[in-house]
Amino acid sequence: MGYHWNWAVFFSKVPSGETTYLGWFISGLQWTVIISLSSWALALVLGAFLGVMRTAPNRWLSGLAATYVEIFRNIPLLVQLFIWYFVIPELLPVSLGTSIKNSPPLLQQFLAGMLCLGLFTAARVSEQVRSGIGAISRGQKNAGLAIGLTLPQTYRFVLLPMAFRIIIPPLTSEFLNIFKNSAVISTIGFVELSRQAQQLVDYTAQPYEAFIVVTLAYLVLNVVIMAFMRWVEMHTRVPGFITAGK
Amino acid sequence: MYEFDWSSIPGALPYLWAGAKTTLEITGLAIVVGIIWGAVLAVMRLSANRVVAWLAASYVNLFRSVPLVMVILWFFLIVPSLLKAIFGEGIGDIRLASAFTAFALFEAAYYSEIIRAGIQSVSRGQVSAAFALGLTYGQAMRLVVLPQAFRNMIPLLLTQAIILFQDTSLVYVIGLADFFGAAYKVGDRDGRIVELLLFAGAVYFVFCFGTSLLVRQYQRRLVK
Repeated sequence: MGYHWNWAVFFSKVPSGETTYLGWFISGLQWTVIISLSSWALALVLGAFLGVMRTAPNRWLSGLAATYVEIFRNIPLLVQLFIWYFVIPELLPVSLGTSIKNSPPLLQQFLAGMLCLGLFTAARVSEQVRSGIGAISRGQKNAGLAIGLTLPQTYRFVLLPMAFRIIIPPLTSEFLNIFKNSAVISTIGFVELSRQAQQLVDYTAQPYEAFIVVTLAYLVLNVVIMAFMRWVEMHTRVPGFITAGK
Repeated sequence: MYEFDWSSIPGALPYLWAGAKTTLEITGLAIVVGIIWGAVLAVMRLSANRVVAWLAASYVNLFRSVPLVMVILWFFLIVPSLLKAIFGEGIGDIRLASAFTAFALFEAAYYSEIIRAGIQSVSRGQVSAAFALGLTYGQAMRLVVLPQAFRNMIPLLLTQAIILFQDTSLVYVIGLADFFGAAYKVGDRDGRIVELLLFAGAVYFVFCFGTSLLVRQYQRRLVK
């Protein structure tokens, strides 16, 4: 095929002249990392709460958490994203909705994207937390209560520290998923990595170079996260315990 | 407060149904091709031949590390020129062809991991027994290991199918009107994006939740 390769295209200036195409790529990479990490923070905290709720000895609490999980798991991420971005501002009280719609587009996209990805992933994290808590022997909980801890204290000091160690491998794959799923946010115009790939194609007419570089960036992100999580696993290991599913 | 107006939905139902058919077609084809190609990849990955195992592992890891959106865009970029090179210009809807290819090859990577775990769940003694009976490796796989492995992994395969069904909405990025794309277009046309998006969400929820309940029921029966 008569494709003309031109890797030097990354060093040529963009039309506005303020940066190079490489600069665009780096900015896309930054936004992917920023939105993924902030969604991940939200997902971890909310997911831990929901996971605890599901194991709580209260029907209402566990039912509520189960409903949350089913709703967020059974609607496609793209549909959820569009609901956050297009529907929620309409359903809020008019003054609040209007001020959202008048805020800078980047802020709107970021907020919708972060909430969507965070709440979506929280449902999946909560399932892992629940199974992690379920994997701890009942005696641990009883022992915690027997030495006079309250139930919340038992969760905080006995169950959750072990549960989180146990679920590091499945959490790693959710952490990887959040980076991959962040590409969906490109559909509302948020210029992260995959959107930047499309933009590079449009502007440079060098589709293969743009796509190869962006795909490699995702692979590198993957490797970095896996290495980081392995480091976390090593450093949180409790001596004498065979944790992390090994 | 927002005033709902659902009146544009009834008239749009035939169009939405056409979109739903596209969704189901992509899902169905990706399930069939994904499971077959996934089974081949899984067997390759467990092969004693290092090169074969490495090739399959690379394929699976590559597809599992790249966002589906990127995969769909990749195939939209590559498949048209490739398909045109093979079949000439008159091959119909290029978007649909590229979506089919992208989903089938992408899902195969995920299915192969499920199938690999399923194969590994069959006890070694079964393989030894098959060899002792004089079966070849291929026969042992086909007649002894795979049938048992598939029975164990049916719930996981079905769950993956539900995820796949939801993921097909991402063909939006190449402008293909699947169920979600159709709903969005109708909403955009009538200025009723709120209603159409909520409707689409509700339909996906009912379908996926219903199916997952069935899978759970089946799983419970399987355990007994």
